[in-house]
Amino acid sequence: MPAYEAVIGLEVHVQLKTASKMFTDAPTGFGAPPNSLTNAIVMGLPGTLPVLNRGAIEQAIRTGLVFGSEIPESFHWDRKNYFYPDSPKNYQLTQKDAPVCLGGSVEIELAGPSRKTMGEHRIIHLDHAHLEEDVGKLTHFENDSLVDYNRAGTPLLEIVTLPDLRSAEEAVALLHSIRMHLAAAGISDCDMEKGQMRCDANVSVRPVGQTTLNPRAEMKNLNSITGVRNAIAYEIRRQTRAYENGRPVLQETRRWDADAGRTSSLRSKEESPDYRYFPDPDLLPVRYPRERIEELRRDIPEAVFDRQRRYQEQYGLPYTVTSVICYDYQLARYFEEAVTASPANPKAIANYIANELQRERARSAGDGLQPMATVPLKPAALAGLVECVDAGKLTKQMAKEVFPEMFASGKSAEAVAEEKGLRVEPQDDAQLEQWCREAVAANAVAAAQVREGNDKAINSFIGPVMKASKGKANPQSVREALIRIIKDTSPG
Amino acid sequence: MNPESILETSAFELGRALHDRTLTSVEICSAFIQQVEAVDATVQAFLQLDPGSVLEAAAASDARWSRGKQRSPLDGLPVGIKDVIAIEGAPLTCASRILEAFTAPYASTAGNRLLEAGLIPFGRLNMDEFAMGSSTENSAFRKTTNPWNPENAPGGSSGGSAAAVAARECPWSLGSDTGGSIRQPAAFCGVVGLKPTYGRVSRFGLVAFASSLDQIGPIGRSVEDVAALLDVIDGHDPLDSTSWPDPSESASEALQLDHQPGVIGLPGEYFGDGIDPEVLASVNRVAEAYREMGYEIRPISLPHTDLAVPTYYIIATAEASSNLARYDGVRYTRRAESAANGIDLYFQSRGEGFGEEVKRRIILGSYVLSSGYYDAYYKRAQQVRTLIQADFLEAFRGVDAILTPTTPSPAFRLGEKTGDPLSMYLADIFTISVNLAGLPALSMPCGLSSAGLPIGFQLIGQPFAEGRLLQIAKDWESAHPFTARPGPVTRAS
Amino acid sequence: MQESPGVDIEKLARLSRIKLTEKEKGAFSAQVTDILGFFQKLQDVDVEGISPMAHPFEAAAPLRKDVPGTPWEPGRALRNAPASRGNQVIVPKVIEDV
Repeated sequence: MPAYEAVIGLEVHVQLKTASKMFTDAPTGFGAPPNSLTNAIVMGLPGTLPVLNRGAIEQAIRTGLVFGSEIPESFHWDRKNYFYPDSPKNYQLTQKDAPVCLGGSVEIELAGPSRKTMGEHRIIHLDHAHLEEDVGKLTHFENDSLVDYNRAGTPLLEIVTLPDLRSAEEAVALLHSIRMHLAAAGISDCDMEKGQMRCDANVSVRPVGQTTLNPRAEMKNLNSITGVRNAIAYEIRRQTRAYENGRPVLQETRRWDADAGRTSSLRSKEESPDYRYFPDPDLLPVRYPRERIEELRRDIPEAVFDRQRRYQEQYGLPYTVTSVICYDYQLARYFEEAVTASPANPKAIANYIANELQRERARSAGDGLQPMATVPLKPAALAGLVECVDAGKLTKQMAKEVFPEMFASGKSAEAVAEEKGLRVEPQDDAQLEQWCREAVAANAVAAAQVREGNDKAINSFIGPVMKASKGKANPQSVREALIRIIKDTSPG
Repeated sequence: MNPESILETSAFELGRALHDRTLTSVEICSAFIQQVEAVDATVQAFLQLDPGSVLEAAAASDARWSRGKQRSPLDGLPVGIKDVIAIEGAPLTCASRILEAFTAPYASTAGNRLLEAGLIPFGRLNMDEFAMGSSTENSAFRKTTNPWNPENAPGGSSGGSAAAVAARECPWSLGSDTGGSIRQPAAFCGVVGLKPTYGRVSRFGLVAFASSLDQIGPIGRSVEDVAALLDVIDGHDPLDSTSWPDPSESASEALQLDHQPGVIGLPGEYFGDGIDPEVLASVNRVAEAYREMGYEIRPISLPHTDLAVPTYYIIATAEASSNLARYDGVRYTRRAESAANGIDLYFQSRGEGFGEEVKRRIILGSYVLSSGYYDAYYKRAQQVRTLIQADFLEAFRGVDAILTPTTPSPAFRLGEKTGDPLSMYLADIFTISVNLAGLPALSMPCGLSSAGLPIGFQLIGQPFAEGRLLQIAKDWESAHPFTARPGPVTRAS
Repeated sequence: MQESPGVDIEKLARLSRIKLTEKEKGAFSAQVTDILGFFQKLQDVDVEGISPMAHPFEAAAPLRKDVPGTPWEPGRALRNAPASRGNQVIVPKVIEDV
């Protein structure tokens, strides 16, 4: 029996971050009272006409720039005709033949063998990305359904991949990567819970080595990461089993039932709707000036994984720390600002961000993370803390103590330490010498290791000395004293 | 001035009387309201008229004039509105059952510009349902008659707009023209009707029939009036993406300018078989008259003319099938009461709400756009459209305007063509190329048939050159004023 | 090039979401077939290399600044709604999938 592989393409619908709708100035928003974000155009009243939102066009072009797509000289608008109560005009304005972005690619990272180890990276190619308008929202009741058109007309970008993906995990990794990149560029928050990112998946299965594609199942409206993962995994199993048992797989649209954990046929290819696409006569083609595209390019942040590789090389940061800092653009910017303020010790700054800062954000938010915009502790103050520790004004222990207060108030390390009466005592050299000698005498094995050139072994003496000093000794002085004493003392 | 002579006075002259304070807006509006009350039982041009609100607006206008705060020289003049152009707070039915109870909660740009100039929307004028038709017989509510003979059709789809002006029920009106819907009824009713260049007048608030063809335009009894009303409503509108971005010249000012006679093209394709001999003779006399005025008359060719009707009906029905999808019984249109579920709601609301011609065109449009037929019909029609426009642009390298009959015959009888949609489509044969090419064109009355029905000629102009077009029309009008007026039916007793 | 096309009036009515009476179905089939026959004229035209015209005059599309305006009160948006509850439009239970 041959081995099978899955061939998967995704259509990822992303709500673009704009203040107003795609074709009119009605505001966009989530959670507003029903039908309070509409106007004549959103409601599709007779005689109303669309006018393009420059912000939406630019967000789409910026997406193309993020993923290295080609932005054509001109792109235009088509009508997709179908009847549904959430669609005010009973046609959707979209781009069928001449989309805003052509080609491009997304780098994805698969899970590594452990959280501390980088996983495999792959490049997933994009077919195109096109702009369209979102529809309203239906709520179903016992005897009827209600329609709220607040969401109708919100700009959507549909990012369509080539069938480059081979597993449910890769599909999930693609969604993560798209989210990280679009959030970094301020294009979309891609919050699936708020419907800002939705996904259709095309899944087929074929024997390994076959180059042609087998009939595929299209699964619509996968609205959570779990849904995407489970639906694709289920579909791969179903199709593989079918081939193994000699049953045909049909080209069809299937529905994912999350409760039952299975997909079921919605309609066959033959029953697929005839959308009667044609060029929209109300909208002219867009010709976005080349020089303006170059201006937009200047604001595009560095690609996430490029940044991660740079941090590892340039600052010597470990994978675990970069995967916290680089995957959240707000943290990366925070890091860079702090390093600009105090370039001496990027590693320490990175560690504080990846550990203490994240811990405090989680603690203050209760659920999720406190948004960086509302965090009182500014990068310069964090840099100041690192400088205090490096200069021996505060011990690491003290730094840990002042951090929560700095986070909450935004005050400087010095100010918080002063309030808490924390400071490194003036050095009593004789006392320190005494503690160090006692520590060395107590651990002859470690002392021997140091003499053999194992520098790290010195750490096993620092702890007891710091403890004896109640944390107030300057760790740098302790280290120096210990080395001198060990080197001076002959074994035995 | 007595009410009778108010009715006979051009809008331009009425404006002068307002300015000279020899007439008030209330007097003018009252005279037209009385005329509607007297004759509309026969003409049936109006779907709705609210005399109270008209007179209220007239009084407000008179107050502005007396304070010297008039909004424009036309402040206080009533304008009839085809029931396809939205005025906030007014009914907007498109003569369709499906919009029977609809009140516009927003305004069209053209409507707003009327209000900004102090003009008074004067009733809702009858039309073919959703502007689909050439006789106004497709109205769900009323049969408008031709003021020259109530047995005859007023033309369409702006039949109400043309008949009301001809019957002196309003001094001028707005219509819309997708394939001749201003010019053909203007010709049938003996009035002047202008279809502006595509993009000159905003379509925002004009209920769409075929978006790439539709234009709002003025209907009046003189070239001067039509120019003045165009100047009120035209110009760029940020709410309509297809609105032309450059400012347009004032048509009224163009009429004041000295101008030389120019070159008029006569396309052979428009003077062939199938034209009523009286129409042919009349339009030939117009050409001769222009020659006498110093114009050069030059034969030209528009070789793709015979493809215009099929091209037009493919494009227009395709766009219409999509534009009319929104009338579904969900958000604002009449809902079939018997609908048991979401699917039935559509089928029944649309089945009950639309008239026969509208249904036929939606079905035709669905066909030409459907999978497997798109390239053979819609795309091909768009390519032929390019050829048709190219014919005109080529011709305009040598001529200032093109002269043709507006219609193959004078007004046909009511009911004559209703059973045969294709013959009704062919009634538009001389007007629809202009919409495909996006050009400005007007229809001018040029005489009466032996049966006493008006005959019109069409002048087609270069893109955005309405000023020149109207100058040429004005030359004819000055030399050959159309003094005939409709029969007794339109006279208040 | 198309053969003289047959018309599946039921399918077209379904696409158009219009309930037709039996009488209309009969009349429309014949009329639409007639009209489509008339459209055949276009099949003989050489359109090789001719670009399709979607708009009579093509300027570049105007772009509007992304500045939100004042939305309508729900009451205004629903003024003409045949049925509503809690500022939402009521529709019969939707069972059709798109």
